Amino acid sequence: MIPVIEVKDVVTHYGSRKILNHVNVDIQPGEIMVVMGGSGSGKSTLLRHLIGLERVSAGSIRLLDQDIGHMSHHELTRFYRKLGVAFQGGALFSSMTVGENIMLPLREHTNLDEKTMAIMVRMKLEVVNLAGFEHLMPSELSGGMLKRAAFARAVIMDPALLFCDEPSAGLDPVVSSSLDELILQLRDALNMTIVVVTHELDSAFRIADRITVLDKGEVLTIGSVDQVRASTHTRIQDLLNRRFEETILDPDEYLARLTGESI
Amino acid sequence: MPSTNLPSHPVIRKVEALGQRTIQVIDAIGFGASLLYQTGYWLLLGRRYHQVVRLAPIVEQMMEIGIRAIPIIVLVSLTIGLMLAIQGVHALKTFGAEQQVTYGVALSVVREFSPLMTGILVAGRSGAALAARLSTMTIHSEVDALRVMGINPVRFLVVPNLIAMLIMLPALTWLSDLIALTGAGLYITTDLEISFSRYLQQTMYILRIDDVLHGVSKSVVFGALITLVGVMNGTSVTGGAEGVGRVTTHSVVHSILAIILADLLIVFILTR
Repeated sequence: MIPVIEVKDVVTHYGSRKILNHVNVDIQPGEIMVVMGGSGSGKSTLLRHLIGLERVSAGSIRLLDQDIGHMSHHELTRFYRKLGVAFQGGALFSSMTVGENIMLPLREHTNLDEKTMAIMVRMKLEVVNLAGFEHLMPSELSGGMLKRAAFARAVIMDPALLFCDEPSAGLDPVVSSSLDELILQLRDALNMTIVVVTHELDSAFRIADRITVLDKGEVLTIGSVDQVRASTHTRIQDLLNRRFEETILDPDEYLARLTGESI
Repeated sequence: MPSTNLPSHPVIRKVEALGQRTIQVIDAIGFGASLLYQTGYWLLLGRRYHQVVRLAPIVEQMMEIGIRAIPIIVLVSLTIGLMLAIQGVHALKTFGAEQQVTYGVALSVVREFSPLMTGILVAGRSGAALAARLSTMTIHSEVDALRVMGINPVRFLVVPNLIAMLIMLPALTWLSDLIALTGAGLYITTDLEISFSRYLQQTMYILRIDDVLHGVSKSVVFGALITLVGVMNGTSVTGGAEGVGRVTTHSVVHSILAIILADLLIVFILTR
């Protein structure tokens, strides 16, 4: 099967710091791929590359068989209609109601009349279990509801690819679990390929078809939930068992770092 | 052994800081020019790329920048007009020339005080609001959300604001002219015991269309500067709420500084 997302040999530098180091990932149609890793592992940077917000230093990213690194501004803008992105905090516009937020892509990219757009908004709100909330302002919603509304906006154009940034971060286990269910429902109902970036293990294991584990900008493993659980890689086991990586410091080096003087 | 601490020498640090500041200023000018170019681009070609600049947000911004600023503009303009008249009469009495006060007041209001005070008030009100709005949107990923929805943030957020500013700031300046001249007239007619119609005749005789256009054309430049400074500061935010406060303050200070310097430049070129 031809992958819908191909990350080939991606390298990213921020100045002299290497953030991603020769990352390769293929994602198949209809798959839920969870990108997992600790803080500073490079997962958020990889997501920003995947959604075209940052260009890679080297390598390439192909989405739906198109190299997004070589698209012009206008091509990328048109291409975005095939993508949906649910940001971590929802990123709903505070000056618009929930309904207006969800309607915005339709208003900007289609010639549909107001009535049809309103029906489509209500349909998507039904899908994310927020029916009747279209007249509320984002500030009137709870954290979990904000994320649901963000999902509704992300899927309003029926995208082929959905990207979710930390969907369950900062939520209680019950709400977090309901969002996981929602992601599974969206995949099944709308037949989308979904990429979820998270550091929440329970959530990752619940929704993933496959998991990519990142650490210090490198892919440690890509595999099914069982394969990742069975991995004997020390860093993966540290991550699964929520252990910090031990840093062994040379005492002289540590002293030099504290005092700012060379040895 | 050669010193490895050369870059941390105080003089070199100062030169480095000056160099970095210069680069920042050049960068800001480039960014401002790019924003102006993009505004023209989206206005002219937006429809071709399905990125239409819509009327509704422009009208909304015109209400915010223009209509809602009317009370404060009226109050300040009236006060400025009265103060100029009081000071003018007082100063000219020394030479027994207080009958000529209308000359000084009319020209200073229309050519200088109205555009400058209106610009400063709008910078403090709408420039700050723009910087706060954009910086909050930036830190909450709302600008990124626009991009990934295929909506150009400059076209969606900046262009309506800039157009509204370019229309409403000259309009507010005209209003300020009228109110300040009326305020000055109230004092002059009372103090010098002349009729209001006589004062109006004098004012109309003194002021030429060039004087009014001089002030209004300055307000167009100020409007562009307020928007560009607000956008530049708003989108350069780092950190959270503290960052929003910082860029909002910077936006007001930079806008006022830019307005005063631009005013000096325009006066230097057009008035000598």
